[in-house]
Formats: sequence, C-alpha cells, structure tokens
Amino acid sequence: MRFLTITSPHSARPNSVTVTMLWVIVALLPGAVAMTWYFGWGIAIHMLLASITAVVAEGLVLKLRRRPALPAIQDLSAVVTALLFAIAIPPLLPWWLTLLGTAFAIIVAKHLYGGIGYNPFNPAMVGYVLLLISYPVEMTTWLPPIMLNQTPLDFAQTLHAIFTGSLPPGLSWDGITMATPLDEMRNQLNHNRMISEIRQSPLWGDFGGLGWEWVGNWYLLGGAILLYKRIISWHIPVSMLGAVLVMAMLFHFLDQESHPFGLFHIFSGGTLLGAFFIATDPVTASTTHRGQLIYGACIGLITYVIRRWGGYPDAVAFAVLLMNMAVPMIDYYTQPRVFGQQSSSNE
Amino acid sequence: MATSSYGRLIKEGLWSNNQALVALLGLCPLLAVTNTAVNGLGLGLATLVVLTLSNATISIIRNWVRPEVRLPVFVLIIASFVTAVELSMMAWFYELYRILGIFIPLIVTNCTIIGRAEAFASKNPLGRSLVDGLAMGLGFTLVLTALGAMREIIGLGTLFSQADLMFGEVAAGLYMSLGEDFKGMLLAILPPGAFIGLGFMIALKNLIDKQLSRARKAVAVATTHPAPAAGGTA
Repeated sequence: MRFLTITSPHSARPNSVTVTMLWVIVALLPGAVAMTWYFGWGIAIHMLLASITAVVAEGLVLKLRRRPALPAIQDLSAVVTALLFAIAIPPLLPWWLTLLGTAFAIIVAKHLYGGIGYNPFNPAMVGYVLLLISYPVEMTTWLPPIMLNQTPLDFAQTLHAIFTGSLPPGLSWDGITMATPLDEMRNQLNHNRMISEIRQSPLWGDFGGLGWEWVGNWYLLGGAILLYKRIISWHIPVSMLGAVLVMAMLFHFLDQESHPFGLFHIFSGGTLLGAFFIATDPVTASTTHRGQLIYGACIGLITYVIRRWGGYPDAVAFAVLLMNMAVPMIDYYTQPRVFGQQSSSNE
Repeated sequence: MATSSYGRLIKEGLWSNNQALVALLGLCPLLAVTNTAVNGLGLGLATLVVLTLSNATISIIRNWVRPEVRLPVFVLIIASFVTAVELSMMAWFYELYRILGIFIPLIVTNCTIIGRAEAFASKNPLGRSLVDGLAMGLGFTLVLTALGAMREIIGLGTLFSQADLMFGEVAAGLYMSLGEDFKGMLLAILPPGAFIGLGFMIALKNLIDKQLSRARKAVAVATTHPAPAAGGTA
C-alpha cells in the first residue's frame, strides 16, 4: 500500500474494510448487470439468495464463536464472497446448491480458519469448487446468451425453475441450456475439428463466446475502478493475464488449428473476473509486490494448463486455490529487503 | 499407567487415547477406504483381529526378544497375521476383499499396530495386552465405521449398502436409502471428504471432552473451594 502525502488536516478514513468491500461491490456491478442482461434474472436471484445466506451464516457462526456479529456483518466481506460466488455459478442452479455453497464458503472456508483475515483459501472459490466437484452436471448447465436464446425465461419462470426445478410447459432442460464457450471449444476440439471450422458457428464473437466476451469487458471496467481507487495493485492482474496470454499465444502459433487465439482465453470463462476480483483478494493473495507477480503468473499458468490438458473446462477457481496454498512460501522468499540491510545477506 | 485397571484400558482404547481421533495413527487406510460404512467396518474388523493377535503374541514373547531386534521381530509377527487375515478374507469374504483391495495387505504398515506393540504389548503381560489390542482395535473400527457411514449418507444417500457382502443375505435388510431423488454430494466420497469428515469428528470429540471437563470442574467448584489446577489432560 502506498501512503499519499497530503496536506493537513489529516483525517483517518472510517472502517476501511467496509469502504474497500463497498468499492469491490461497486466495481462488480457492471459485470453483474451485464451477466443479468445476457443470461437472465437467474444471476440476480442467486446474488440475492447467496447474500442472504452468507449474512445469516456469518451471524450464526459468530454467535457460535461468541464474537460480536454486527461489526463483522457490516464490513460486507461476507456479501462480497456471496456475490463473487453467485456470478460464478450457472443462472438456473437449484436454490439449495447456492445455499450449500455459500454456507460452506462462510462457515468452513472462512470461519473455521479464524474468520476474515485468517482464511488461507478464497472462500468464494472454495464454495464454487465444492459444488463443481460434487455436482458437475448442475454446475455446467449454462444458459445461452440472450441473442442466441430462442425462449428466454421471464422473472417468474426463472424463479420457478430455481426453486422447484421445473420449467414452463413445452421446454426441456436439454432444449434451453447450452455449454459455455470454453466447454464447447473443448468438446469440438476433442472431436478433432479445426478452430477455423468451429468458429463458423454463430456462437462466437470476436474473441470468445458471443455475449460472454462483453461480460468480460465489464469486468475489465470494474477492475479499472479497483485499480484507480488503489484497492488492488496492478501486479496480480497483469501477471495473471500475461501468463495466460503468453501460454495461449505460444501454443496458438505452434498449432493454430487446435489452440484458440490468446484473447479467447482472456475473454472466456472466469479469467477476467478471476484476475481482478478473485486472485486479488487481499487475505489470500501474496502480500509483497514481487510475490504478487509470481502468484499471478502461476495462477495464469495453472489456469491454462488445466484448461488445455486437464479434466475441467475452466480452471481459474482451481488455480487460485492451488496458489493460495503456495502463498506463505512465496511471501517467505520474496520479503523485501529492509532499508539499510546488507544485500549480500539476502538470498 | 502401568497399574491401571482393565476398565481404564478399555476407556483409553475407545475414547481418551483413541488411535484414530487422538493419536491420529493409521490415517492412510482410515481415509482411503471409509467411503461406505461397510468398507470401513470391514477394514476395521480386519485391523482389530490383527491388532489383538499381534498384541497377544508380542506380549508372550516380550521377555525373550532382545531389544536390539525387537522391531524386525514385531514387523514379522504383524506381517504373518496380516497375511493370515488376507487369505481368510479371500476365502470367505471375496467380494469385500476385492473392494478393500490393497488396503488389507497394507494393514501391516498401519502405525497403530506397531505403535501398540512397541508402546504397550512389549511391556505388559498377556491379559492386559489382549484387552488393550481389543479396545484399541474396537475404537479404530468404530471411527472407521462412523466416518464411513457419514460419508456414505452425505455422498450417496444410502447406509450399509452391500452389507450382504459381509454378513450374508440376512444383512441386506440393513440397507437404508434416502430415496432415488437424493443428489449425493460427490465430494464426501472423494478423498477430500475423508479429511473434512475426520476433521469434524475430531472437533466433535474435543468439544465433548471440553464440555465434560467443564462440567467436572463446575462440580468440583461446587463441592470444594475453587482449585486453580487445570482439569484432565488433553
């Protein structure tokens, strides 16, 4: 963190966790609104559902730990966890899965490790990965973006689908759902089709999937807000996106027909959301600037490796959790030299 | 410790020095096979048999084995019993043997068994070693079965599935199910589920211990003057 020199009067900011979290929520809004626009009311419903669950779970667990609940709820960190979780999950996910994932994120991933500031793993991603591993079918049932969707559901129908699992008459789950662009690309490549052939389908936009890439742009805007407000530093997003881009371009130029263009990986899946909002979580990320560069680059590397050779279409969540584990070691080896310390005694 | 009664031995094996929950020994089979209650019970019983027999044998020969060679001798004895158990399971519980697979021969590397041989059976007479083996084995079996049942219910929505492999057709009635619509949480039967489940079991045990010691302390305070000394050991 940089301390700005400002003239007096110096006034301390009030509770800075709340302010930080509030700005994260503000920065998340463009992307969230875009998601709701492209994929229907499900996203908004899940955001509300996850937020309520997170606040209730936080209150319960704090009561159990005999800590004052109100200040911890007011710092909004539980709400941020819930929102990040809610925009990562499919829009028509059954309601109880959202409850399960959010409650697990708050109770197990956050509070069993000691609460805010102590959790080694990003809670939102723990909840997401729990569901992805346990319920792979539900978690990969995405809707097509609005311009490809022949039968968009209205608010009441979406609510009905989430809470009862039944669709309006005449529609079937197979009929209305569609794979994510990453999933689609992967399936087609597994069928030995060439990229130029795959990309002729109306599914694709300029870089990633139609609609999806625009959501990515709005996350980019949110990330710019966070950078401008100095809530995050540039190190993690730049190194993470850089690593994904370098890996993807390298393989793209080696074999253009079986590796999509680098920007496809940037604008697909959770790359941009992960780079600006998830990997930069101040609690679970590396704290030194050199460490942040290593941490971000490794996340990008692992993301690409799992997407290309692993068993899951997207891998940002796995990559973030794996690197969360390495953070103590990264921090240990990248401690900045104290001013005046002999550089020869440093490693 | 050496002069404690049989009741104390049983209590230690089942609860206060439970090999799985307190000593945290034998975690490899504990975590690997407990994806259903029957698997956990099967491996637990196999371990129980080996532990009891090896404890008894080692206790008998304890005065003739020189200390320099005791560990190889213990391992040899344990390995013989494991082989015997493995061959018996192959003969009578072939289906269960196939499910448990490599973890039956791996009982020989279970730290619980060599641990009890070294720490208890090599220093105590036959009767006490026998009871210790039984109690420790039973405590281990109970944890394995409970963890297996927990993971099976959460992960598959069933309980005691395939019980007939172990107890014959009669036990098929033990099978319970939460219904076809139950969507199991796959994570519970995968390896992470074992670690998380065991963590919760240990937490529960510590919680119960804490409540018990608090209740005991409250009684002590009520009867005598408040004593500054701490309660029972952990």
